[in-house]
Amino acid sequence: MEKLLEIKDLKVSFQTFFGEVEAVRGISLHVNKGETVALVGESGCGKSVTASSIMQLLPMPPAFYKGGEILFNGEDIVKKSEKEMQSIRGSEISMIFQDPMTSLNPTMKVGKQIVEGLVKHGKLSFREAEEKAIEMLDLVSVPQSEKRVRQYPHEFSGGMRQRVMIALAMVSNPQLLIADEPTTALDVTVQAQILDLMKSIQEKFGTSIILITHDLGVVADISDRIIVMYAGQLLEEGLVDEVFKEPRHPYTKKLLGSVPRLDMDRMEVLHSIHGTPPDLYIPPKGCPFFDRCDKAMVICKEHMPEREYHTDSHYSCCWLNHSMAKKVAEGSEV
Amino acid sequence: MEKTDLIYSEEMFKKAPQKLRDAETIRRPSIKYWPDVWRRLKQDKLAMVGLGLLIIMGIMSIVGPHISGFKYYEQDYSNINVKPNREYWFGTDELGRDLFARAWLGTRYSLIIGILAALIDLGIGVIYGGIAGMGSQRVDAIMMRIAEIIYSIPYMLVVILLTVVFSTAGSGTSMFVLILAMTITDWVPMANLVRGQVLQLRESEYSLAAESLGATNSWILRKHIIPNTMGPILVNVTLTIPRAIFAEATLGFLSLGLQAPKPSLGTLANDGIAGMPVGNFYQILVPSILISLIMFSFNVLGDGLRDAMDPRLRK
Amino acid sequence: MGKYILKRLGMAIVTLWAIITITFILMHSVPGNPFANENKNIPDVVYQNLMRKYGLDKPYSEQYVIYLKNIGRGNFGESMKSNAETVNEMIARGFPVSARLGAQALLIALIFGPALGAIAALHQNKASDYIAMIVSIIGVSVPSFVMGSFLIQFVARKIGWIPIGGWGEFRHTLLPSFALALMPLAQMSRLMRSSMLEVMGQDYIKTAQSKGISKMTVIMKHGVRNAILPIVSILGTTVSNLLVGSFVIEKIFGIPGLGMFFTTSVYNRDYTLIMGVTVFYSIVLILSFLFVDIGYMLVDPKIRLTEEGH
Repeated sequence: MEKLLEIKDLKVSFQTFFGEVEAVRGISLHVNKGETVALVGESGCGKSVTASSIMQLLPMPPAFYKGGEILFNGEDIVKKSEKEMQSIRGSEISMIFQDPMTSLNPTMKVGKQIVEGLVKHGKLSFREAEEKAIEMLDLVSVPQSEKRVRQYPHEFSGGMRQRVMIALAMVSNPQLLIADEPTTALDVTVQAQILDLMKSIQEKFGTSIILITHDLGVVADISDRIIVMYAGQLLEEGLVDEVFKEPRHPYTKKLLGSVPRLDMDRMEVLHSIHGTPPDLYIPPKGCPFFDRCDKAMVICKEHMPEREYHTDSHYSCCWLNHSMAKKVAEGSEV
Repeated sequence: MEKTDLIYSEEMFKKAPQKLRDAETIRRPSIKYWPDVWRRLKQDKLAMVGLGLLIIMGIMSIVGPHISGFKYYEQDYSNINVKPNREYWFGTDELGRDLFARAWLGTRYSLIIGILAALIDLGIGVIYGGIAGMGSQRVDAIMMRIAEIIYSIPYMLVVILLTVVFSTAGSGTSMFVLILAMTITDWVPMANLVRGQVLQLRESEYSLAAESLGATNSWILRKHIIPNTMGPILVNVTLTIPRAIFAEATLGFLSLGLQAPKPSLGTLANDGIAGMPVGNFYQILVPSILISLIMFSFNVLGDGLRDAMDPRLRK
Repeated sequence: MGKYILKRLGMAIVTLWAIITITFILMHSVPGNPFANENKNIPDVVYQNLMRKYGLDKPYSEQYVIYLKNIGRGNFGESMKSNAETVNEMIARGFPVSARLGAQALLIALIFGPALGAIAALHQNKASDYIAMIVSIIGVSVPSFVMGSFLIQFVARKIGWIPIGGWGEFRHTLLPSFALALMPLAQMSRLMRSSMLEVMGQDYIKTAQSKGISKMTVIMKHGVRNAILPIVSILGTTVSNLLVGSFVIEKIFGIPGLGMFFTTSVYNRDYTLIMGVTVFYSIVLILSFLFVDIGYMLVDPKIRLTEEGH
């Protein structure tokens, strides 16, 4: 398996009025060619910032790279200039965003928006461009594509607009597609359609996908691997099967436990995780999940645990993995 | 995953006691609305400058005409067109009248007219907008159509016409007519604003209103709608005042202003034009600066208020 | 689209009628009669003749109908004070001048206002932002007659080439246009700045950036294209303000435009002229509003299609 994208110890912070906010605090991950990796976490955990960092779309004041590398096809793109990034964006790496209602320019025809990047990169004539746009609309199953290509975004429904977004992102056949909560703003039935569409596109073009979401159902549907992020750090990673069947980190366990299931007893209380994530103005020294963890130990507050690999692909960062924590891990310590 | 520089003890692997955790504490203090608005407004230096200027000019407009020792209508033919000196602080005009007294009195009248006009706009706007917002769809639609037509009548033309009609030839207009003329079409934006707010808030309390009738509606109006609307209304009023003052000044400049010898900043400017070719620039300079300062102050204050109340701009 | 225009046209006509009627009522509710001030000792016969000449001896309702008919034919009547010309002729003489002044000012405001605002928004909190904001605040606070007089005093008197007043060549139009343009320019600049700031924070800007198109394209085709909408919507009131502002500017610079006629007619109580100019200006304004509405519809696809799709 070839590594398409490799992030090494990435640190991204924001300089604000009140001080520095450490949004991403040293994460490392990789994406192979042709696979779908889900990046999962609560709001504010830093997953969107990570995605935007890959594309270098963060506003550079107030954001800044504190450290680390982002290797795309072996090259560190953190070091690239804006001009160089422009030739990568849209053609090598693309992104689709959460809210289809606001992600499209309301005053520009849909067809034009789809091929806009192409006209610049590939130097197509306008005639060819329109045909390409129609072709893309067909690809994403938008009916009446010849008519639709000249319409404006507000003439499309939410689900349709998201399809347009996908068409827009795929038009130059990028190697990597970053989907930032693509289905969060959509109805459940439409959600399923969009996910199917993404799956079929991946099969067709071999695109790697980073899927950012907080919805575990979405993850289960189309991802190969899952990475769990919390308060700017990665807590667990593995193949979807591995993590879903045998979650090792308390946070992951809680996440999976909080998903309502159809076979639940009707009187069973819905599980939620009490508390809120830590304030990143004063980032915690140790494990960020400390305050909300049932099995938190003294050491957890002071020191951040390192990765412990359970299989080749599955690791978690938790002091419970340590040999000395057996008593607490098994629940015999009170 | 042994960290080589860490020495592990049994203690570390004991469960952490409750007091080490503080997941539920909220680290920043909660804030009340209006004091917060004031705090944020204070941060806006420009707005504070404006506020300060307004206070100073307000005070001067009250005491100014009295402290110079001359009455605003006193004519002294031996002292016409005197440049500013120790006796006449702002100089005199072509009839020998003290410009200091006249300028501050003019400020007073301009301010009164502007503020009154804005308040009347407010009154009409709130009532009209409130009714339109609380009424049925049809009532609302009809009322807003009428408002639209009224608003598209060119404001200034109406003002000029009214002043022409109701003033005696060549000698100016009464304050009442001026204010009336200015408010006749200008209340529409305020009405729109109020209506929009009422509609918005009405939708949100709709289920509550649906449960009980009549009395509850006015309760909702008082307790929810009005406090929430006050913010944008306040901003609107603060920005309407300079519009009214500007209109009044323009009228004065076109010889349609207050009856002589009552000065307003506009009429003073008009008088001052004559002084320009003969080198008495101060005659137009004084009212010009005063008008500009007033408008500037209200504008930056209004801007500052608007920014201070915008939840997105919280610092 | 056609339905929208018709609707607007209908409202325009209603408004126009309202203005004409109001004007008529106002003019005829002035106490006394127009000839009384001039010369208290007009012999009765002369008075009767004058009344008959201007149709003032007929009952109001009849006068009203006659007046409406005349306007329909484009005849604004005869001036009461000037013997040399009809109102039509005076309008024909003065309007081109005022129109040119207004058009130039509008052009200046439209070109520099939004540009200034956009630059300020893109360089928020940097030097250019502050400068732009200061200019706008000054423009919004300093009335046009103040600016006009200042310009005359400090520019025209110092630079010989720029005249202090009058009309005739291009250089006569420089200062007046600028003085007139300043306030709308400042307003547009402020509006554009806040509009641009809001637009640039929208999601579709991120989408545009993610496509790898050039920064300039993002700013122009996605940013400005959307930010300019509010400016189009205030164009109507801007034209209205320019119109009034021109009265003042014409007075200061001694420009023989319609504004000057109007103010003198007001001063002299020349009723037919007042009415004529008022109605004429109203027509101009209402037509402008109509054009602005149509313009807005062209520029904002949502409006265009809402009206079409009905």
